Amino acid sequence: MVALIFKRILQSALTVMIVVTLVFFLFSVIPGTFASSLMGDKRSFDPRVVERIKKELGIDKPLHQRFVTYLAGLSRGDLGKSFSNRRPVVDLLSSRVVASFKLACAAITFAIVVGLPLGFIAAIRAGSLVDTVTMMVAVSGLSVPGFWFGLIAMYLFSLKLGLLPTFGYGSGGIRNLILPALTLGIAPMALLARTTRAAVLDTLNSDFIRTARSKGMSETRVVFKHLGRNAFVIILTTIGLQFGSMLGGSVVVEKLFAWPGVGSMLIDSVSLRDIPSVQGCILVIVLFFLIINTLVDIAYLAIDPRIRYQ
Amino acid sequence: MHEFVSRRVLFKMEKKLFGVLISALFFSLIFSMPAFCDTPMSGGTLRLSAPYGSALKSLDPHVTYRSQDLVVSKAFHRALYTWDSANNSPALDLAESVTADKNGKVFTYKLKKNVYFHNGRKMTADDVVWSYTRLMNPEKGFPGATMVGTIAGAEAFSKGDATSISGLKKIDDYTLQITFSDYNDPGSLLFEAVTAILPREEVKKESFLIHPVGLGPFKFVEHVEGSRIVGEKFDKYYKPGKPYADRVEFVITGDYSVLDMAFRAKEIDATVLSSNAYLAYKADPELSRGLIEIAELFTRHMGFNTQEKPFDDKRVRQAINYAVDRDIIVKKLLKGKAFKATSWLPTTSTAYDSTRKPYPYDPEKAKALLAEAGYPDGFEFEAMVTDKTSSLGVFEAMMPYLAKVGIHAKAKVVESNVLVDAMYAGKAAVWFRSNGTGPDPLKALRTFDSRIPRTGSNVTAFKDSAYDAILDEAAATSDPAKKIELLKKADGFIMDAAPVWFHNYNKAVVATQPWIHNVDGNVTEAAIIEVDSIWLDKNSPTR
Repeated sequence: MVALIFKRILQSALTVMIVVTLVFFLFSVIPGTFASSLMGDKRSFDPRVVERIKKELGIDKPLHQRFVTYLAGLSRGDLGKSFSNRRPVVDLLSSRVVASFKLACAAITFAIVVGLPLGFIAAIRAGSLVDTVTMMVAVSGLSVPGFWFGLIAMYLFSLKLGLLPTFGYGSGGIRNLILPALTLGIAPMALLARTTRAAVLDTLNSDFIRTARSKGMSETRVVFKHLGRNAFVIILTTIGLQFGSMLGGSVVVEKLFAWPGVGSMLIDSVSLRDIPSVQGCILVIVLFFLIINTLVDIAYLAIDPRIRYQ
Repeated sequence: MHEFVSRRVLFKMEKKLFGVLISALFFSLIFSMPAFCDTPMSGGTLRLSAPYGSALKSLDPHVTYRSQDLVVSKAFHRALYTWDSANNSPALDLAESVTADKNGKVFTYKLKKNVYFHNGRKMTADDVVWSYTRLMNPEKGFPGATMVGTIAGAEAFSKGDATSISGLKKIDDYTLQITFSDYNDPGSLLFEAVTAILPREEVKKESFLIHPVGLGPFKFVEHVEGSRIVGEKFDKYYKPGKPYADRVEFVITGDYSVLDMAFRAKEIDATVLSSNAYLAYKADPELSRGLIEIAELFTRHMGFNTQEKPFDDKRVRQAINYAVDRDIIVKKLLKGKAFKATSWLPTTSTAYDSTRKPYPYDPEKAKALLAEAGYPDGFEFEAMVTDKTSSLGVFEAMMPYLAKVGIHAKAKVVESNVLVDAMYAGKAAVWFRSNGTGPDPLKALRTFDSRIPRTGSNVTAFKDSAYDAILDEAAATSDPAKKIELLKKADGFIMDAAPVWFHNYNKAVVATQPWIHNVDGNVTEAAIIEVDSIWLDKNSPTR
């Protein structure tokens, strides 16, 4: 297991290097700069001021020089200062990561708590009305756009029922978390329900399940001891991938609910061409994804002893 | 008997008197009701919106010139002047009085003596000098340098040729003299938060970027990045009795459908509206009562690169102005949320000429002008637009009108930053934009000054020395009436030269809840509300 973790860290470091290099050079060649974003707000700037801003931020220096400076900073854990508000990117990210992580955890919890039992029940009652209804819910959840679901949820729970705040982070409490978590979790919940159904159905037809039943094992024991454990390898992959992508994939939900996460920071930074902030956000998103996937790989070993990594 | 009659009369008289008294009391109550309703009440939390994006750029007001940040800065910071919405002009704020010398370039300010920063220190002339000097720091790029740069010696200081700004002189702690290098209206230069007066000792601390300290009516409490910013009443605010509210909370989101939902759910007291929401609110008997319509100082237009064929020919540019029916576009596409443009300066500008007629819809005249310019069969062009309704939507609505006179237009949809870069590099032939055209009309008209580069503001690269001469004359005159006449003349000149297709002046609409009072209509930016004057009556959910 130690070897696996070590290997994963090496792979992750290489991935991170490739990503930061790509992001740095891509953002340096795409049209539009931080200076042009300043003039995008209907107000004109004295060109001398724009030149001073470029000098202050160092964006007048050659590209390779800026890249070397960036890498040197990165090796010390310094992601540079945001162009737009001049604060260290690490400081900006620290609060954003907490908000995004909170939202991702709540959303994946909702997806697991609802999607997993739905998929299980649908598989065990395959072909029944319960199965049909469950899969209809799952398909709807996958096909409904997140922002639309969010608006409908706001309309229902805030405007009509007055139960929850429409949007905003508030003090970070549960009331403000429910609607964005539901909106972010609806698609993973549906996907998880479908994956669980397929995995359980596949496992139900396995020889070892038939053997267990023929030996007179109770259905509860069959389901929980043999079926659950074997189907869970596939389900865990889905959970891992969904959870891993939530930090960066929650852009729409974060924007809609004014949730102060990494996704909304990324979008704002891109529109402002705030390169240090963009790089910081992408770095965090990539690292989160890599960490979650490594943890999932390790979890495989615990769940299924037959799995061995070379 | 006599006694009995007397008693009866007396009783009747008493009854009458009682009736009169009751009536008097009743009517006095009735007539005093409006006065009671108009009397500001203290308390409650103001819940407003910062509606132009999902984040603030910076909490340092000197660093940012985005509308989003200016909205919030109004609560925490103050500049030498403020915007007086009632009179549609800048008004002195941190000073009691100002006197100008006979040349109109030297202004002496008597600062108020009861102005305190949120850290409890009194503001003095040193703070004004330090704040303006900071803006001109040669090592930094502060947007406010565009305004403060007009002070004598400011540019020399920013180039490192001087150790201080010669035009800034402290006479004593509460007297300050500012000398401008040209004839300027200091009010229109020094009223926005980009020129706010800040406390040096706080700005120098690292924490200033996350915990701003200013002179505003509210003290900073909390900022949840990308979500909200909160302030609480500053007890030592220099306007007695103000602010009325105990707290202010700005929700930060650029999503208008969410703001609409939150407003209807009574979670927001006031917010600006989108075109679609405007129509819905106007049709609603309840919601329509709280609407405030404002003709903002912004001019939406389609700009032409006047150095590029065929737009180097005035007749072609005029032809496009004649070819399109703007009334239909404003009414149908923009749902009436705009005022048709009659020239560059908007209706609320001090130099707006109300007698000027806009280009009429006259396709025949357009065809004649095109033929005269050597394009009898029209031509093709591509315009750079963003995907907004005010840009791509309007351009698509124009296309059939242009086709009628033989002009075939195509849209190239780009992101805002790409458009800005192309415009400033002279790589765009035609584009859609909205320009700030106030409050200083001279500055607005300098957009077409030949001597200003594209990167300055003359994006159309319009060149006409006769026009420059009118501007120079206006800048050199200290007679306000003559100045206005010259600026009107310059505006007329631009209308005739048509370096842009004049589209509309934005009509901003602010929706307000019935319990919020004194929301002003700020033409420089509707979302910037003077928060110190707003009060909430007993029906506010936050009381």
